[in-house]
Amino acid sequence: MNDMVEMIRIEGLSKSYGDVAVLRNCSLDVARGEVVVICGPSGSGKSTFVKCINGIEPVQAGRIAIDGENLPSKPAAAARVRARVGMVFQHFELYPHLTVLENVCLAQIHVLKRSRDEAQEKARSLLRRVGLADKEASYPAQLSGGQQQRIAIVRALAMDPVAMLFDEPTSALDPEMIGEVLAVMLELAREGMTMVVVTHKMGFAKAAADRVVFMDQGEIVEVAETARFFAEPASERARLFLSRILTH
Amino acid sequence: MNYAWNWGVLFQSPYLGWLGQGIAMTLAVSVAAWVIALSLGTLIGVFHSGASGVVRLATGSYINLFRNVPLLLQMFLWFFVVPELLPKAAGIWLKRELPHPEVVTAIVALGLFTASRVAVQVAAGIAAVSRGQSMAARASGLSTIQAYRFVLLPQAFRIVIPPMTSEFLTIFKNSSIALTIGVYELTAQTQQIQSFTYQGFEAFTAATVVYMTIALMVTTLMTVIERKVSIPGRTARG
Amino acid sequence: MSGFDISVILDALPLLAKGLGLSLGLTAIAMIGGLALGLVIAIVRLSRFRVLALLAALYVNGFRAVPLILVIFWFYFLVPLLLGRPVGALYSVLIAFVMFEGAYYSEIIRAGLKSVRPGQWQAAQASGMTYLQAVRLVVLPQALRKMAPLMVTQGVVLFQDTSLVYVVSLHDFMTSASIVANTQNRIVELYVFAALVYLALCTAGGTLAQRLSSDRQRAH
Repeated sequence: MNDMVEMIRIEGLSKSYGDVAVLRNCSLDVARGEVVVICGPSGSGKSTFVKCINGIEPVQAGRIAIDGENLPSKPAAAARVRARVGMVFQHFELYPHLTVLENVCLAQIHVLKRSRDEAQEKARSLLRRVGLADKEASYPAQLSGGQQQRIAIVRALAMDPVAMLFDEPTSALDPEMIGEVLAVMLELAREGMTMVVVTHKMGFAKAAADRVVFMDQGEIVEVAETARFFAEPASERARLFLSRILTH
Repeated sequence: MNYAWNWGVLFQSPYLGWLGQGIAMTLAVSVAAWVIALSLGTLIGVFHSGASGVVRLATGSYINLFRNVPLLLQMFLWFFVVPELLPKAAGIWLKRELPHPEVVTAIVALGLFTASRVAVQVAAGIAAVSRGQSMAARASGLSTIQAYRFVLLPQAFRIVIPPMTSEFLTIFKNSSIALTIGVYELTAQTQQIQSFTYQGFEAFTAATVVYMTIALMVTTLMTVIERKVSIPGRTARG
Repeated sequence: MSGFDISVILDALPLLAKGLGLSLGLTAIAMIGGLALGLVIAIVRLSRFRVLALLAALYVNGFRAVPLILVIFWFYFLVPLLLGRPVGALYSVLIAFVMFEGAYYSEIIRAGLKSVRPGQWQAAQASGMTYLQAVRLVVLPQALRKMAPLMVTQGVVLFQDTSLVYVVSLHDFMTSASIVANTQNRIVELYVFAALVYLALCTAGGTLAQRLSSDRQRAH
């Protein structure tokens, strides 16, 4: 029965800055273990959309439920739900004043109330998995972009999230570093993590996504099985977008 | 130019004593006022950056009020006007029974004035920490207070060290304004030596050298602190 | 005390207005003089002439290390001595303010000049301009935008600082208010009124600085 419940349920999300609507009535369900890629032209609202899922961008209308639990509007209550969803940002957003180990332990200790030893053990085992065990004492600015982003993924995973959100995780990276980050994400997908990924990397979408969401001008234009989306997109806008992005 | 030099005057009694007392008073007033300014200013700055509505209106008004009235006039207001406006008993206590009322007033006035300037720097420092950092903190479930304590303030603290150095220097200089309500700090003492001996050159040079020494010491101290807390891998500013 | 007596302020208005005139005049002269002096100092400090640049740095750091009151006392004492005759407080104070402000404005201008990308200097030099031409024709026009809000902010600080001429008994706005306060024995009224006037004028200045700086941000 529990398997029938969507991991993430988004209903009628709307958001605007003054007169400018950034999201118009967006709805999406993501099943347990599903990987969904969101794509669309820049300014389509996809980045805002993914940030609304865990409530760090406030919305004017709509409802979000994570693992059957509604995301409350009160900040303190929202923080508890939010802690169960991992997030990876375009610009990594590691805390520059903390070492790698401290970055990974901070929320474990202060949000999940884990002991320092427990948090560090968790952090070290995850760092080992992404091949960065030797970097635990480094500061973010001493690492490459690819290393920083892998650590940001570890920081999110350390919270034992039920789902992971990625906001253009490779678009601030030099080309030669994109592969190492995508590899970690692919592995996560194979392990059955529920993932929502905003990205232009159509290769990743083809390899890992169950479904693709196409957004334009604040609207969800199309949601389709991955193979079908690439073979025969239903909307004219998606077809145009794909023809532009795939010829490069 | 017709001038009889006499550097020896600085080392004669009672002038040497006056200088010493002046230096001690300048240091005492400045450091005491800095304690008020730093604690109150940080508090106001944090609230100003994070709050909205009534709180932000209050912090904004404080900053606006204390920054936009000359410090000299603020000293006069605290020293002459406030005792008049208080209930009679309190006013009399302030004027008659409070020990060294002029020194206490100078410290309070200088502290509250500088707090407004510190608040502006603190708020700017917090604003300078990127929006993504507070998003990342919130995304991991940290509460607002935790986000400030572990993520935003430690970074803002490093950003505000240079402007704080300048505010700390300014408080020593501004302490000279206390002479207008009768505090015998360094500038007042040298002015007094000048009017007793007519050796203005010597007296003012002494004061200038002391102020420059203070500036040098403060700058060195703050540079040491800045180096100590700098984040590895980030290139130093400057 | 007995009530807030507004008539005493009204009676004193001509005197107070004259005082305010002096405060504003002093501000204007110190600002114009300080800007001119500051520009020269900033250009010298950024130039290739090592010795001159060092002297300029000494000047700036020296003035910035000491309180304005001490500077006023210095010049009040020095100027008549150097000229060999009494000249009155006003001239001493004017010179003191211009020299003092020159140090502060030079720092604003220097930071503005340095904020222009190095490529702009190189492009100007590549087209055969001299150092001064590059400053005047290429760098300064770009830096001005950035500096304008800071210059206004410094002007507001300067206006407040003119109240310090109280220590040499020049009748600026602050001193005039103080005189009326004491002769009429109406301390509360006069000082509160003076505070409101400063508050209004300085808030207006601050708003102008803010507008300039948001204009700049929008222009980028």
